Amino acid sequence: MIRFNGVGVRLAGRDVLSDVTLSLSEHRIGVVGANGSGKSTLARLLNGLALPTSGDVTVFGHDTRRHAARIRRDVGFLFTDPDAQIVMPTVAEDVALSLRRKGLSPAEVDERVREVLARYGLDRHADHPAHLLSGGQKQLLALCAVLVLEPRLLVMDEPTTLLDLRHSRLVADLLRELPQPVVVVTHDLGLLDSFDRVIVLDQGRVVADSTPGPAIGHYRKLMS
Amino acid sequence: MTGVYVPGDSPLHRLPAGAKLLGLALLCTTLFLLGSPLWLGGSTVLVVLLYAVSGVGPGAAWAQVKPLRWFAVALFVMQFVLVDLHGAVSATLRLVLAVALAGLVTLTTRFADMMACFERCLAPLRLLGVDPFRVSLVLSLAVRSVPVISALATRVREAQQARGLSWSVRAFAVPLVVSVLRHADAMGEAMSARGLDDH
Ligand SMILES: Nc1ncnc2c1ncn2[C@@H]1O[C@H](COP(=O)(O)OP(=O)(O)OP(=O)(O)O)[C@@H](O)[C@H]1O
Ligand SMILES: [Mg+2]
Repeated sequence: MIRFNGVGVRLAGRDVLSDVTLSLSEHRIGVVGANGSGKSTLARLLNGLALPTSGDVTVFGHDTRRHAARIRRDVGFLFTDPDAQIVMPTVAEDVALSLRRKGLSPAEVDERVREVLARYGLDRHADHPAHLLSGGQKQLLALCAVLVLEPRLLVMDEPTTLLDLRHSRLVADLLRELPQPVVVVTHDLGLLDSFDRVIVLDQGRVVADSTPGPAIGHYRKLMS
Repeated sequence: MTGVYVPGDSPLHRLPAGAKLLGLALLCTTLFLLGSPLWLGGSTVLVVLLYAVSGVGPGAAWAQVKPLRWFAVALFVMQFVLVDLHGAVSATLRLVLAVALAGLVTLTTRFADMMACFERCLAPLRLLGVDPFRVSLVLSLAVRSVPVISALATRVREAQQARGLSWSVRAFAVPLVVSVLRHADAMGEAMSARGLDDH
């Protein structure tokens, strides 16, 4: 599914990631590490928002350097700050915008928008201005706008950082139920308990890569 | 324009966006061409009736003209001093009615429908290499950015109050500009991730 082949990323004269070689095919993959350890950069490599300075990244068999547009159609990306990814003034309109290239009839678009909003409890807010939603609801809206396209892979950069306990639990439950594979960058270690694989980054290098138990143990030792 | 759409099922809601914009243009032109008290009285009744038909409620109606109130008072006084009572009444009424009509269009039209209408109207510009989708996307972003930037401004002001700093333009503008630029950057990136840039 995802292959990192000797990947290095150099930004402003500093090595942000060095010599990362990974092959990812698990269903639930977590990425942890200190601030500035390169987690977001690793996530952004997965849809070509960041490009490797050396080595290459392949997603579903496509090189991110050459097929970024193609890959972005397959990879849904959720940012920490939902305000940055909500484009349209109202909730339903923003989800509908995702579908504009699908060539669906307005009735079909409407139906798929209603369906995804209902699934995540936002149907009551369909016609509300996006800026009146709470932070957690905005994050759910951003998630709806991504999921309505049924991406083959979902990448999330700290999706629960701005959420309260209830909303982060909701996102954790959603993660468990999603049919597609998910890569999640997070500082929320509880979220990773049920994951299949956890990768620990330290100063741009992979220093642990295993099931959650040992990897999180390693990370805790690193932080103490 | 920041998402003032009031959901409803009135005839005005069901009218296509293009028809409403055309109607708005015609009514406003008429309003400024015809100045007799009878016409203005009739127009006022018409606007009130249209609002009643739309069912948006008096609160939403007032919200449309409220921002105008001081300007309307100033205009009235100025016209009254410079022209006469009739001139003052008709100038003020024209302005308020035109704004109320424009407000009624935004109250009864989904933003996306309005944008789709713009896109269709701009379609001939394709020949000049303009992408109508991009133009409407820029308009959407502008509208969407108003509440975001005002929230950023509030955050900057509150952070300064919390630190006990007194008001200064520079101490306000610098962090605000920085956070707006950072937001713009994040937004551009998010739009690429959503595939909105590869047309
Ligand atoms: N565009 C850029 N230009 C220069 N340096 C950058 C750029 N983006 C990131 N960096 C640097 O790369 C390093 C890793 O950044 P990254 O955002 O990947 O870290 P992170 O692990 O996500 O941190 P956090 O937990 O704070 O989100 C940081 O030291 C950062 O300053
Ligand atoms: Mg980060």
